[in-house]
Amino acid sequence: MNLKKQALLGLSALALSVSFHASGNDDPIKVGILHSLSGTMAISESTLKDTVEMLIQQQNEAGGLLGRQLEAVVVDPASNWPLFAERARELLAQHEVDVVFGNWTSVSRKAVLPVFEELNGLLFYPVQYEGEESSANVFYTGAAPNQQAIPAVEYLINEVGIERFALVGTDYVYPRTTNRILEAFLKDEHGVADDDIMVNYTPFGHSDWQNIVSEIRRFGEEGKPTAVISTINGDANVPFYRELANQGIDAADIPVIAFSVGEQELSGIDTAPLVGHLAAWNYFMSVDTDENFDFIDAWIEHTGDEEAVTNDPMEAHYIGFNMWAEAVRKAGTTEVDAVKDAIIGVTVPNLSGGYAAMMPNHHITKPVLIGEVQDNGQFDIVWQTPSTVAGDAWSDYLPGSRDLIADWRKPMECGNFNVVNGSCGGSTAAEEAEAALAE
Amino acid sequence: MRRFLSWGFLCAVLLGITLNVQAQTGPGTSDNDAALELLEALDVDSYRDKGEAITAILQSDDERARDWLQALLDGRLQRTGSGRFVVVLDNAGRNWPVEDALTHEPLGEMSRRELDRIGINNALRNQLRSAIAVVDLYSPSVERRRISAERLLGEVDGELVEPINELIAEEDDSQVRTRLTQAVAIYRAEQGEMEGVEALTGSLHPRARVALGRAAHGDDPVVADAARNALASVEQNLKINRGIETLYFGLSLGSVLVLAAIGLAITFGVMGVINMAHGELMMLGAYTTWMMQQLLPGQPGLALILSIPAGFLVAALVGVAIERSVIQFLKGRPLETLLATFGISLILQQLVRTVISPLNRTVITPEWMSGSLVINDALSLTINRMVVLGFALVVFAGLVLIMRRTRLGLEVRAVTQNRAMARSMGIRATRVDILTFALGSGVAGLAGVALSQLTNVGPNLGQNYIIDSFMVVVFGGVGNLWGTLVAGLSLGVINQILEPWAGAVLAKIIVLVFIILFIQKRPRGLFPQKGRAAEG
Repeated sequence: MNLKKQALLGLSALALSVSFHASGNDDPIKVGILHSLSGTMAISESTLKDTVEMLIQQQNEAGGLLGRQLEAVVVDPASNWPLFAERARELLAQHEVDVVFGNWTSVSRKAVLPVFEELNGLLFYPVQYEGEESSANVFYTGAAPNQQAIPAVEYLINEVGIERFALVGTDYVYPRTTNRILEAFLKDEHGVADDDIMVNYTPFGHSDWQNIVSEIRRFGEEGKPTAVISTINGDANVPFYRELANQGIDAADIPVIAFSVGEQELSGIDTAPLVGHLAAWNYFMSVDTDENFDFIDAWIEHTGDEEAVTNDPMEAHYIGFNMWAEAVRKAGTTEVDAVKDAIIGVTVPNLSGGYAAMMPNHHITKPVLIGEVQDNGQFDIVWQTPSTVAGDAWSDYLPGSRDLIADWRKPMECGNFNVVNGSCGGSTAAEEAEAALAE
Repeated sequence: MRRFLSWGFLCAVLLGITLNVQAQTGPGTSDNDAALELLEALDVDSYRDKGEAITAILQSDDERARDWLQALLDGRLQRTGSGRFVVVLDNAGRNWPVEDALTHEPLGEMSRRELDRIGINNALRNQLRSAIAVVDLYSPSVERRRISAERLLGEVDGELVEPINELIAEEDDSQVRTRLTQAVAIYRAEQGEMEGVEALTGSLHPRARVALGRAAHGDDPVVADAARNALASVEQNLKINRGIETLYFGLSLGSVLVLAAIGLAITFGVMGVINMAHGELMMLGAYTTWMMQQLLPGQPGLALILSIPAGFLVAALVGVAIERSVIQFLKGRPLETLLATFGISLILQQLVRTVISPLNRTVITPEWMSGSLVINDALSLTINRMVVLGFALVVFAGLVLIMRRTRLGLEVRAVTQNRAMARSMGIRATRVDILTFALGSGVAGLAGVALSQLTNVGPNLGQNYIIDSFMVVVFGGVGNLWGTLVAGLSLGVINQILEPWAGAVLAKIIVLVFIILFIQKRPRGLFPQKGRAAEG
């Protein structure tokens, strides 16, 4: 591929879009939505598309932004990772959108990253992820590991007294990186022995959990309090929990704490046998605040479904959208570089009664909540951090990333600055994306 | 009197609270004001305070205490807007029948909005279970005593030994007696007492093995030796149990593969039609189950049984529609059939996504299909898998009977062996085509009904099984039902044997590579068709 030519094309596309906006200021502001509406990820992503549409509608009803109306441009990347990159290019180069809200899986984010960097787009990514990444063009409104996984494990150790951990996950980027961080954290910070950690990976959509659950049961029968830390993604959770219940593993014996199971996923399960299992998120539908009730009411009205549930990535989009709108107001333009500068430090209310601020590393501050599954498919919040936690792009528990920080303010403007040797490592996003796609 | 005294005492000991036994005033004062106060202490935010409130209820010796604790454990102890404590009798549906927690007076039905549940967390759940277990040791019901004795394994401490020994002496039920003896022995073994180690020798229960493991690291070398020997003596037994378990896992995975593939063995194996929409026919069967459960709320079991014929019919009708509208025009052109049916599969998936929802649907597992059958302390078999295994065998037997013993089976075999000849003998080949395809599709629907009990009911259900189904049919030998059965079961067992040491991802790959190599060696599969039929 001729990179130079591509870059030129990208530049001209950008120039076109700039001149286009300068000429007609009554034109609507275009908001791209890059969520799968078909394929395996549709289960999780289609509701996020609806969320952004609802937020756009609300914004328009409130008079739009900078006196202009907002318009959603929806594309369907069909749960196909390379297609994500194509659709992202389509949004940025062809539709010339001003901002994109999208992606769920880390693989898909890694696939679109080079496109956003090349065409200088804005991406708001709403899902908890493994960290180890910071891009000038991406705003991570979901949780980094230190905003979900690490506090959850600390809760297990300090409040529940767990000594043995089974790390069970789906075989892809997010679980593998998260589990690497957690293993290092457990061993270095809490002195957990190798024998007390079990790691297991399964393919996407795995449905036969008999052997693994029986292994977990034996692992938990050694006399020490045991918990499962689950990074199992999507559909595979239903048969997993079902098998747990059938083999008689109760939350009181071996609690499972999940990082990818929210209200949405539970709506596909009969939750009676799961009562007491845990999930760590930054938002639960059961949060008791007026902002949350308003959001839920608006959502139910928007979907026309009395039973519709809200979840954590939806809140992340809510925060991300409001932050972007605030930054556009602050900058007085939708121009990407101006918004990128303006958004750092922007603070907007979250749905759990506090505020979320955009940090210089393009991550936001979030409270961490631990919830127990109830028989009505909701979570009962049993623990939460006393204050919000700022997202850390580079984990403090991995040797390679311990010394890195990200700061996109001038003059540093670097996503992986090494504080030890004082140099900026340059973006490695392209190689990482290739490695992820090669998997 | 003595009973209440001692269970109050036991509870207190178990909960680690020192209690002045002399202060007990005796059972059941039935003082509703005091009782209300006890319950009100539960309605606080702090879980620690709730824990203390639970202990207070136990110590109160109120005879309703057990009911309250059980209701609290089940999430049925709730409070109305006016502050009255009620117990929900049945929490299915939108309106729940309730009764007063203090007086048992029925209060009719209340909606969820009027009620506030007293929430508990895992720690409280554990506390409640242990508390109820101790109370239940004195219950007249054998069933309750059994559960309670089971629960006490590993939870006995020094102060409980004496009262439990007294109970053992009075106990009539041998099962309860054994369990309680074990519970005491576990405590003794953990203390490094020879008596405990001896009593636990031969036991397969994980708690007993933990206790022996601890005794094996104890100070007394004689006891430690005995504990090690005791552990070694059950090692062989454990291995056998684990082997049986793996075999069962394998057969149950295999039965799922057989169910998914058996319909394909008819349409692809016998008729030679490559139907990529086969998985979506399974999906329709699963959605039929969901639909039936929606139509019959509160009766998941009945709905499941009714979905067996309903799922068969729905899938068969859709199958016939596919056959009539597309496949019949593509006879003898496998590549086009493959592409066309793949298109149909995508259309069906998206149709379900648009019409029903892209989200998975909840299919409830009926009571009689959940849980597991306990064979011994180290081996229990899950019941839902067992039902599916049985169902797969019944479906298989039914299909073999149809193909071998009925007129339709004869005609099908005739038409596939030599279409022209069969037609000249007066067989209506088109009709046979339709019926065969309907049969194969209907069986896919049955597979879907069974799968709704094991996996997600969502638009992607079919996709996850279509590759496996083709694999099984090709491996078993195209056109041979027995081949499909043997291939499905053996692939399941191979997969489950590989999984513990290779991991789920690698196990799948190894099985796939194995099949590819096998097909290289024997292109016609395990049981190739012989004779002239095979040449056609």
